[in-house]
Amino acid sequence: MTNIPPPPMPGTKPILDPKSVVKDRSMEFQKELIGSYYDRLARSPETGEKTVATFVPGNLAELIQCFGLVPILPEINALQSGMRKQSGHYITEAERMGHSEDVCTYVKCDIGMFHEGNVGPTGAVLPTPDHLLLSYTGCFTFMKWFELLREEYGCPSTMLQVPYQARGEITPEMKAYVVKQLKTEVIPALEKLSGVKFDIDLLREKLTLSARAEDDLVAVLEAAKARPSPIDAYFGGVYYIGPIFTAFRGTQEGCDYYRVLREEVEERVRQRRGPTTPEGEMTDERFRLVVEGPPNWTNFREFWKMFYDEGAVVVASTYTKVGGLYDRGFRHDPSDPLGSLAEYCLGCYTNLSLPKRVELISDYVEEYGADGFLINSVKSCASFSAGQLLILREVEKRTGRAGGFIESDLVDPRYFSGANIKNRIESYLQMVEQKRAAGATA
Amino acid sequence: MTRTTAELMAFAEDLYYDLDFKSVKRWKVKTGGHAIGFMPVYAPREIVHAAGAMPVGIVGAGDWLEVIRGDAYYQSYLCHIPRSTIDMAESGRLDFLEGMLFPSTCDVIRNLSGMWQIVKPDMYTRYVDVPQNFTDGVGGQFWAHELRTLAQELGERTGTEVTDERLRASIALFNENRRAVCDLYSLRRDEPARAPTSEVYLMVRAGLVMDVEDHTALIREYITAARNITPPELDNARVIVVGAFCEQPPIGLIKSIERSGCFVVDDDLILISRWFTDNAAETGDPIEALALAFVHDSVPTAVMYSAKAGRGKAVVERVRVARAEGVIFAAPSFCTPALLDQPMLVAELDREGIPYTAFKFAENAGQFQPIREQTGTFADTMKLWSVA
Repeated sequence: MTNIPPPPMPGTKPILDPKSVVKDRSMEFQKELIGSYYDRLARSPETGEKTVATFVPGNLAELIQCFGLVPILPEINALQSGMRKQSGHYITEAERMGHSEDVCTYVKCDIGMFHEGNVGPTGAVLPTPDHLLLSYTGCFTFMKWFELLREEYGCPSTMLQVPYQARGEITPEMKAYVVKQLKTEVIPALEKLSGVKFDIDLLREKLTLSARAEDDLVAVLEAAKARPSPIDAYFGGVYYIGPIFTAFRGTQEGCDYYRVLREEVEERVRQRRGPTTPEGEMTDERFRLVVEGPPNWTNFREFWKMFYDEGAVVVASTYTKVGGLYDRGFRHDPSDPLGSLAEYCLGCYTNLSLPKRVELISDYVEEYGADGFLINSVKSCASFSAGQLLILREVEKRTGRAGGFIESDLVDPRYFSGANIKNRIESYLQMVEQKRAAGATA
Repeated sequence: MTRTTAELMAFAEDLYYDLDFKSVKRWKVKTGGHAIGFMPVYAPREIVHAAGAMPVGIVGAGDWLEVIRGDAYYQSYLCHIPRSTIDMAESGRLDFLEGMLFPSTCDVIRNLSGMWQIVKPDMYTRYVDVPQNFTDGVGGQFWAHELRTLAQELGERTGTEVTDERLRASIALFNENRRAVCDLYSLRRDEPARAPTSEVYLMVRAGLVMDVEDHTALIREYITAARNITPPELDNARVIVVGAFCEQPPIGLIKSIERSGCFVVDDDLILISRWFTDNAAETGDPIEALALAFVHDSVPTAVMYSAKAGRGKAVVERVRVARAEGVIFAAPSFCTPALLDQPMLVAELDREGIPYTAFKFAENAGQFQPIREQTGTFADTMKLWSVA
């Protein structure tokens, strides 16, 4: 077990430095990147660029780029709608059309957004996809989601089935199955859509860039092992993963972004600075936590504030691994382009078995010197949520650290009860403190 | 001596309510065989059988088990079948099983396969990752490998090697069983008053905890007995029930639908009993036969990917074949596959002008009056105002 030094006494100094509310260079860089992506997407009907809708976990960004296609990411559109307070209206619209209140709100938000004019986060109308590339990695809902969209858009779809790592391993047969689908289904479909012949050397070039960015992302995430942590690996982490989980893996811009970000974070480590929050730099790290599960997007700032107001920093999270477990060693490999894409799809966090998830979270608690771990269980996502109460008990048993459990939703504002969540987080942190105090006196 | 439908029903009801699986335990003692559980929707029962084990359907605990431990594993916004299943595991009710198969039905059952590895570390556990690609050399090949692995592992577990000969014999037995069940469904479709769904359901469900040959004989016996009764004269509306392919509705709910004035002339309950729409080949490589039967002849259902648009066309075809007047959507609460599928089916029914109604249920639901009123009104509406 990691030897955890005693925590600073709570309340001995201010937690935040409001004078430091300035945007880092990487933030501006990312804003430009994401803005350029949405502009390109919005202009695609004029430019004639074809679009392909796909999902974040197990996405084939480099392959899509090889055909000059522009990805549409419905999950990202949904979470952006959540952050812009639009999702509630879209969800209601979808439910009015007959979609059940019991199902994933990403799906309903996406369908509601389409029926309400398909306006993207930059205010521009987004195009409908020319093709649906269904990468079925770790989420059953994805399959039904694209079947629903296919009915809406009337465009063709291609399925890439990614076998589940039920026993915590990727077998040669699993990999071969994914590669075979890439060769016989996905690549021919994208060739037909784009009119571009597949160039494996171009894919190799893109995978080389991917691996470079992945190295830098891992350095950023692992910087949270420092004390104080220079980053928040959950609330800040979702920004850090943005470019690499979406349209910029395999691009030079993506590499440049992660190099800038890494340099910033390494500088923060050298200066022993805490993470940036919307209200300034955290100067008093009181709790180090690991978080499992996606964040809530409708009240993202409010949710984050509940943590930094208490001096709680998230040092590792599972959500930032849904688009790839790079910190466990995986890198896209130009020497095995299609095999590497297959391994990537197979290895995403949501494709891990429950025992492997328990193992990973327990390892994070130890490796990052966490005081405890917290599960944000979201109603929408059975892929994450089913089994989390057992995960809670198992990780507690293995690590001896306190586990907490809160419930919310991805983009349904009706399922975010701020007072309840705040109360639970405060109670949980008190429990962590008591446990820590008991450990220190033992 | 030939049994009456009432006597056969009493037999099937005993099995239905037996959460201690006494019939399976008796079978094990009698034959020295093993028992391997499986959850909905599809598991290759032929392979389990060929390995000298009875495939035992674990489809929840209905409304007659008070779930206590299971609720400690699941949040309120997840369906009921996993909580009753793990409750049965925790209370020792499933200790008679040598193994458990978890098909890739949805994320909840998928994750339950991992929970099982933790909760029941000594039990053989396998996730059955069925193909969603239906090309012979792609999804078919992957599935054949999965089946071979399963056959080998089960053989090692039971001590009975799954030889080609044994597997071909098992395929033949399950083909015969499927034909019997389909004959029963045809009888109900043609003469629903003679074979009501509350009876047909229990007869088919009995197959989850019986030896396959005994179950085939039971179904045949019921068909004969049902043909000998004088059915009541009823002017019910003909409906099909869609959405209850995993978590099962309590029998009281099925009876309520019928008593409200509906003949249920098709359904997707206990779908595994008629999963293949054609016989699996009984000659040649039996693994290939099962793999190809799956990729070519699986019944269309929400858990299977549809490579082409028009998901609702299959339900319209079922309405036509069953000569149904309308559709009742009965999905378990929080059932992702059924509830995400439903809008696509509804859209097609709207296009075809086929009436429908929808409600949700949980396997432990105890109050059926609102559903009875809803389906009764639906039946009346169809009878009074239908164009025909």
